[in-house]
Amino acid sequence: MPLYLNDDQIMLRDTARGFMAEEGAIGKQLRHWRDTGCGDGFGHDLWKQFAELGFNGILIGEEDGGLGLGHVEAGIVLEEIGRNLTPSPFLTSAVAFVEALKGTALGARFYPGVLAGDTVAALAIDEGPKHRPEGIAMRAERSGNGFSLSGRKQFVVQGASADVILVAARTDEGLTLFAVEKGANGLEVEGVRLADSSIGARMDFNQVEVDADAVVGEVGGGGAVLSRVLNAGRTGAAAELVGVGAASMDMTVDYLRQRKQFGKLIGEFQALQFRAAHLYSELEIARAAVMKAQQLLDEGSDEAEAMVAVAKAKAGRASQLAVQEGVQMHGGIGMTDEYDIGLYMKRDRVLNELFGDPAYHADALARMKGY
Amino acid sequence: MSDLDSFRLETRAWLEANCPAEMREPARDESDMCWGGRNPAFTNEAQKDWMEAMAARGWTVPDWPSEYGGGGFSPAQTKILKQEMARIGARNPLMSFGISMLGPALLKYGNEEQKKRFLTEIALGQIRWCQGYSEPGAGSDLASLQTKCEDKGDHWLVNGQKVWTSYADKADWIFCLVRTDPAAPKHQGISFLLFDMASPGVTTRPILLISGNSPFCETFFDDVKVPKDQLVGALNKGWDVAKYLLGHEREMISGMGLGGQTDSLGAGLADALAEDPILRADVARFDVDAMAFRAMSERFIDELKAGQAHPAQPSMMKYAGTELNKARHELVMAARGSNALEWESDRSKKGKAAREWLRTKANSIEGGTSEIQLGIVAKRILELPGA
Repeated sequence: MPLYLNDDQIMLRDTARGFMAEEGAIGKQLRHWRDTGCGDGFGHDLWKQFAELGFNGILIGEEDGGLGLGHVEAGIVLEEIGRNLTPSPFLTSAVAFVEALKGTALGARFYPGVLAGDTVAALAIDEGPKHRPEGIAMRAERSGNGFSLSGRKQFVVQGASADVILVAARTDEGLTLFAVEKGANGLEVEGVRLADSSIGARMDFNQVEVDADAVVGEVGGGGAVLSRVLNAGRTGAAAELVGVGAASMDMTVDYLRQRKQFGKLIGEFQALQFRAAHLYSELEIARAAVMKAQQLLDEGSDEAEAMVAVAKAKAGRASQLAVQEGVQMHGGIGMTDEYDIGLYMKRDRVLNELFGDPAYHADALARMKGY
Repeated sequence: MSDLDSFRLETRAWLEANCPAEMREPARDESDMCWGGRNPAFTNEAQKDWMEAMAARGWTVPDWPSEYGGGGFSPAQTKILKQEMARIGARNPLMSFGISMLGPALLKYGNEEQKKRFLTEIALGQIRWCQGYSEPGAGSDLASLQTKCEDKGDHWLVNGQKVWTSYADKADWIFCLVRTDPAAPKHQGISFLLFDMASPGVTTRPILLISGNSPFCETFFDDVKVPKDQLVGALNKGWDVAKYLLGHEREMISGMGLGGQTDSLGAGLADALAEDPILRADVARFDVDAMAFRAMSERFIDELKAGQAHPAQPSMMKYAGTELNKARHELVMAARGSNALEWESDRSKKGKAAREWLRTKANSIEGGTSEIQLGIVAKRILELPGA
């Protein structure tokens, strides 16, 4: 498969690009929800529009009413989300959660809500300030017909408004994933506004009782499900980072072409030209790595996991460079809330932390390669 | 089974049957590779057999048209052949500036007679070419070159000096930038000329480098007579040919970033890294960059074959690939410590690591410096103002 978009994918990109620039624009969504203090941090109407355009069914099989497409297509939508900083539960709900349920009985229960743009899903994985899924300590004890969950989670993106939460916990049999519906007894949710004005959540599980049919896949078989979820989530976050980085670069290069100092356009200065060109190079490479990871995931390749780590790490670093150079090259106005570049810097930071930062993934890659 | 699937199986079977075992091991260094030429220096029979077997099928240049000695392959077929060669670790059968640089320029700018003659020789590995571009006063500012070429009626007369001519002392022919109109603005008085290095008046002098090796030469032209039909493209329009060829040269040099067929630098240095967490972290970051660059390289080639690559994209690839290769060798030197400092011992294969490390420092200079590439990206891709 060549590493560029085919004609159908280009059509999808054009649709997503036009839609997101119009309906998902920063003024219309991010700033609006932020400035009105919305506790969800995103608009449910827009989530409905995603559904109407078919985006929500990209990763759901045709037999379940979806489009039966892959991670390349999901990434196309995510890159446009990244470009416009569009607040949306797409990544957690239509990508990670949908992947978790693949091949399980829970698909029939939850896919219709995702497809309709009604259901919002969240992932409760992290238990400390850094992403360390290997060290999940939360317990799920057998209780009655099901399990009793106790422990704490944090950085549960969309957790404050989620209808269903995918929770990773340890049973005697090993890591197990549960689909816990909102309002469960003993579940305390604290909505937390993050730096980018998205809403994450801290969650306290105090003996939350769930039925056996809340188990995603097999009891003790959560490792495989979690790896599927994280591969999808990381690749998706990487695609979103590419969008964040690309938009930051475009905005910055535009500024270099317009701003005059010392009687010259500042884009004439080599000191800035070289940095802009280096940034372009890093972003192009990141985009290739992300697409390679998407294709390998879609092919079900054994090499996918290593490439996912590369994609998340590389896209994270490239986007980070883009927002840092963006603010610096904008000068003083880059520090103002009025200009959008600072919003990109904040979104980049959140996405870099989500599902493991570049250091985590460089280490993961090294382990996979045996050092 | 699709046509491409059966093509893959046939290709795999032929490679399995015809690639000698010795040619499935990586070459030690450039001197251990097959360069062809009028007086080819094969290091063993396997190298000769491998080159000839591949050349006979046009597979030294699989994507060139078959009437010029190529394989006539589509981009998809070419990619499959490369993948199948990589699968068994098959060496490139023929290293050649004719293939990587002159060939593409001739395909675009050469006349029919030139294509028939020179491309076929290149495909068969019969002529080894060198590149006459840089001059003592024309490095990054290449278009200021002064080598003089005068029209003497029935021949061209060439006088001047080139420098950094890779393997000029071993090459049979040269593709050379010469000034045919000294009065014109600098980019408009240049022509692209081909001639035999055995012509009277051509002399070469190897340059000793910091690596202790001499892959580059100074090349002198003293009243060299060149037949009229060996000028490529239009008179005084050589800069177009030169730039087009430079794109291909940069593409070739960017391949350095791939670091051969090794998948992970850290995997080969595991022992050293186990005791050095900071270095391990540096190497892990490098492996992220290297694997991402590998994907970029695949994407670039796919886009190039589909006609989708930006014409200045080779400059980005050259910049990124060469900076990556320099970083790779810095890390190898750091991981191997004082073992890698030995310069002459057999233990160190006569200072292989150190000499290779030093050689890579030229990567970001040859074919246009990193700074020249960044400038091209800034102006032609990002469309930033100035110069």
